Amino acid sequence: MRKFVLIAALLAIVAGAMLWITSAPRPMDAATLEEFEGDTERGEKIFFAAGCGSCHMATERDADPLVLTGGREFVSDFGVFIAPNISPDPEHGIGTWSQAEFMNAVMRGISPQGAHYYPAFPYTSYIRAEPQDVADLYAYIRTLPADATPSQPHRIGFPFNIRRSVGLWKLLYLREDWVITGDLTAEEARGRYLAEALSHCAECHTPRNALGALDTARWHKGAANPSGTGRIPAIAGDDFGWTEFDVSAYLETGLTPGFDVVGGSMAQVVRNLQQLDKADLDSLAAYVIRASE
Amino acid sequence: MNFKTFLGTLALTTALAIPAIADEDPAIAARQGQFKLFSHNFGVVGGMAQGRIDYDAAMAQTAADNLFHLTRVNQTRLWPEGTDAQSAERTRALPAIWDDLDDFVAKFAALQGAVENLQSVAGSGLDELRAGVGQVGQACQACHEVYRAESS
Repeated sequence: MRKFVLIAALLAIVAGAMLWITSAPRPMDAATLEEFEGDTERGEKIFFAAGCGSCHMATERDADPLVLTGGREFVSDFGVFIAPNISPDPEHGIGTWSQAEFMNAVMRGISPQGAHYYPAFPYTSYIRAEPQDVADLYAYIRTLPADATPSQPHRIGFPFNIRRSVGLWKLLYLREDWVITGDLTAEEARGRYLAEALSHCAECHTPRNALGALDTARWHKGAANPSGTGRIPAIAGDDFGWTEFDVSAYLETGLTPGFDVVGGSMAQVVRNLQQLDKADLDSLAAYVIRASE
Repeated sequence: MNFKTFLGTLALTTALAIPAIADEDPAIAARQGQFKLFSHNFGVVGGMAQGRIDYDAAMAQTAADNLFHLTRVNQTRLWPEGTDAQSAERTRALPAIWDDLDDFVAKFAALQGAVENLQSVAGSGLDELRAGVGQVGQACQACHEVYRAESS
């Protein structure tokens, strides 16, 4: 009997150790993390393409989208996530972060202290970004105003409040490869980079599975609105009849083909994307149509 | 109160209460008709601004004139209390409208201003029209962003 208990205890320790190892954060290679020269002007484009401000700006009406105070709440099946302060404030924001720490946060979902971030933060998309683009973004965000508002803790229940559990989630769902594959034109490939690596359209327009991961088999097919009533519309499938022209014109002007004007959370997305060149909006449109086939 | 009076009162309150829940306030359909007319006319100038149809000064002016008059319709009876998306069917008007009616009115006034400007530039050329359409779009968007629910 004592022997049995001993073996069971040993097995439990081994299983625990395996869980601990498999759930460990996996930062980027030191080789990839050479010191990049960041370009603030290019970083501004990345900032708007990636839509950082939409989630991290303050929640007050008419808040400045360039002051990354945080505070916006994201209700989910797992609890309420609250966007943190990512302004350059040294105490409450990310002012003391190194470039490498920033890149591991954005592209791997790992904090400077080595903890996992929850995938409400779409590093699941940003993992596909070019490191140089993220370095440019780092340079740009450091030029934005600092704000000393403290970040609020997420309101997450057991067992999801154990951050180490996100490590197992990442093993299952954090993927660097593209979702839409095959022979893409140069324009479609550029659009795929913008959409799948930066603008993360799918985070709202694709339904999620029971563990909160995007259901790539139903890519862009529309989903429940995580932050209220109604649905996020499908931008693929039989119910979506827009042309490439329609999508590009919508992102440029906010006007649907039926001449309704954009609203809800998409309004901020359009405002961000209006900062990009028309060629990039055309690329996004080419990708959206390609992904809808 | 005897039982008969009680029954009578109950019947009366039920009769009054049920239609109040079931009946759709006609103001909802009326204001949606108004927005359809906005869109029907905005489609002309918007279509020109987006390059879907060729610029035509006379057509643009007519649409902008229509929009001017349409946005001058007094809104008082179109937005009664209790016609928000949580209290009524078939509307996407968020309760936030009635929480801050002053802001809603101010945003509508901004739309009127933008349309007035559009009316003055619509016939002056495509570039002028595009700028004017952009401003009207911004005014529409400002309301849709905070006061309109996602469609279901």
